[in-house]
Amino acid sequence: MKKLLIGLAGVAAMSLGMAASALAEDPMKVCFVYVGSKTDGGWTQAHDIGRQELQAHFGDKIETPFIENVAEGPQAEGVIERFARSGCEMIFTTSFGFMDQTMAVAERFPDVKFEHATGYKTAENVTSYNSRFYQGRYILGQIAAEVSEKGVAGYIASFPIPEVVQGINAFTLGAQSVNPDFKLKVVWVNSWFDAGKEADAAKALIDQGVDILTQHTDSTAPMQVAAERGIKAFGQASDMIAAGPETQLTAIVDTWGAYYIKRVQDVMDGTWESQSTWDGLAEGILEMAPYTNMPDDVKAMAEATEAAIVSGELKPFTGPVNKQDGSVWLEEGEVAEDGVLLGLNFYVEGVDDQLPQ
Amino acid sequence: MGMTEAILLTIATAATPLLIAAIGELVVERSGVLNLGVEGMMVMGAVGGFVIANLTGNPWIGILAAIALGALTSLLFGFLTLTLAANQVATGLSLTILGLGVSSLMGEKFVGQAGEKMGNLDIPILTDIPLVGPVIFGQDPIFYLSILLVVAVSWFLFRTRAGLTLRSIGNNHHSAHALGIPVLRYRYLAVMFGGACAGLAGGHLSLVYTPQWVENMTAGRGWIALALVVFASWRPARVLAGAYLFGAVSIGQLHAQALGIAVPSQLLTALPFLATIVVLVLISQNVRATLINTPAMLGRPFVPDR
Repeated sequence: MKKLLIGLAGVAAMSLGMAASALAEDPMKVCFVYVGSKTDGGWTQAHDIGRQELQAHFGDKIETPFIENVAEGPQAEGVIERFARSGCEMIFTTSFGFMDQTMAVAERFPDVKFEHATGYKTAENVTSYNSRFYQGRYILGQIAAEVSEKGVAGYIASFPIPEVVQGINAFTLGAQSVNPDFKLKVVWVNSWFDAGKEADAAKALIDQGVDILTQHTDSTAPMQVAAERGIKAFGQASDMIAAGPETQLTAIVDTWGAYYIKRVQDVMDGTWESQSTWDGLAEGILEMAPYTNMPDDVKAMAEATEAAIVSGELKPFTGPVNKQDGSVWLEEGEVAEDGVLLGLNFYVEGVDDQLPQ
Repeated sequence: MGMTEAILLTIATAATPLLIAAIGELVVERSGVLNLGVEGMMVMGAVGGFVIANLTGNPWIGILAAIALGALTSLLFGFLTLTLAANQVATGLSLTILGLGVSSLMGEKFVGQAGEKMGNLDIPILTDIPLVGPVIFGQDPIFYLSILLVVAVSWFLFRTRAGLTLRSIGNNHHSAHALGIPVLRYRYLAVMFGGACAGLAGGHLSLVYTPQWVENMTAGRGWIALALVVFASWRPARVLAGAYLFGAVSIGQLHAQALGIAVPSQLLTALPFLATIVVLVLISQNVRATLINTPAMLGRPFVPDR
């Protein structure tokens, strides 16, 4: 009897092993949820390039299905859930507004690994990953203050979430480090991607006298308007030089590929753990597009700032920094904590706008 | 060019596609057909116009292609709702979804490519007149076409026999049929005119407004055009006023923000829509005037007795 049991157990173990190896030969499904179109020339395109690098790295060991143009908010939950049901082992949800939906689905599918971009919530099976875009925006601010003749830049903003507020503040601090009187005009378009509206906002800002444009929206329309009106501008999320060969000074380029490869490898090795990563220029999750259309000394300054940020010598949010109302935020030499930055909901001194609450 | 002129120019550019799409839909609805597919036909016009202009290097050929593609898309709607007497609301909605999908597919290779921008007319001397000069004489050609369209449609509907016939079909297709008027032929032509206008509006977006192609670039403008027709209670001149009011509010709120006026930006963004609702409420007070203008057969299929 004992022998029989052992024999049975052996057979069971063997068949289990076979099943496991058969599973291993099936490509692992790593799924992506996009807020925009993969060819938007900005945010989503950067994620899709990361996905392609991931696919190229692992070849036929993985599959990387994706869904484009998923609206932020409640509708996203159905999309994420369908992915989870369809056998995705890992799901990357690549927009801030997918956060609560990702958390909700993750609770129902504890075996699926979720990775949510630019949010702040995590769980046993949900990692939050983010990029310190504001480091790049500090450099943009410095360049703007050097290149602008009028001392006023226009900022086309999407939604008043911490990531965007960080960007506006970092840009302002960068500009003020060069020209303490530098002014910033902010226009909120309440959309991530609406070429017409972004173009209208760009025109409005230029008509009001700004001579540098920067954007935290995803289409290349503002770059195009800047080119048409003969002023300079910065690209966002992807290199937008094609939209303004003589207009783009530089761009903040998101490079997610290396991170995606690492995280999928972690799952394959069984070492994946929930975490909250916030990398920047130093780790290469963020790069600056070539510095173009600017004098050599400005270029040298930008490169020096970039090097200082990479080495950790320069942190954009270092005191003394005052809040917009003039009260002290950071004392001399004090560096803002990540926790504060991730929930940032106020402007620094010098921003000429009321933050929508 | 001063700031006021610049603002007026921007408003005209923002209002033009709305005006063109709405004036086309007005004719369709006057014939008693409700085509909710404006957004779909518009986006087809946008992609068609951009692709052809990009391939030929000529924005004018692009505009013609946009018009043709818009009309062609509307023919599909016409066949389903007029010949097959399918439900107009459902067909119109599916036309929008179809248009968004097909245009993404058609335009995939062209995303991010430099567009062929249609230049502005620049009539010498006249454009130098302060304030009105650049606004009236320095616009893109489609702007003039849009104004011309309003005049032409108004004249056609209220000053020609064919226009009277079209309106009578919209008010009672059975009587019109009994009088021997070819109801479906009129409606086909009206639907195609609406499609051509929506296509032209789309072409304006991808060749003048923002000379580039991106998916879903109409971003709801087709729906605004539909609302404008009701807002205007089916009168062409009011469509013109409504489109410019809408353009003015949406551009004005951007300027208010840039000036640092402390109004919540979400509210400012919603202003054009609030304005539409307010005007809708105001005109609905005058029930009789609204009824006179509303095509009584709107949305009802017509099946000729054989």
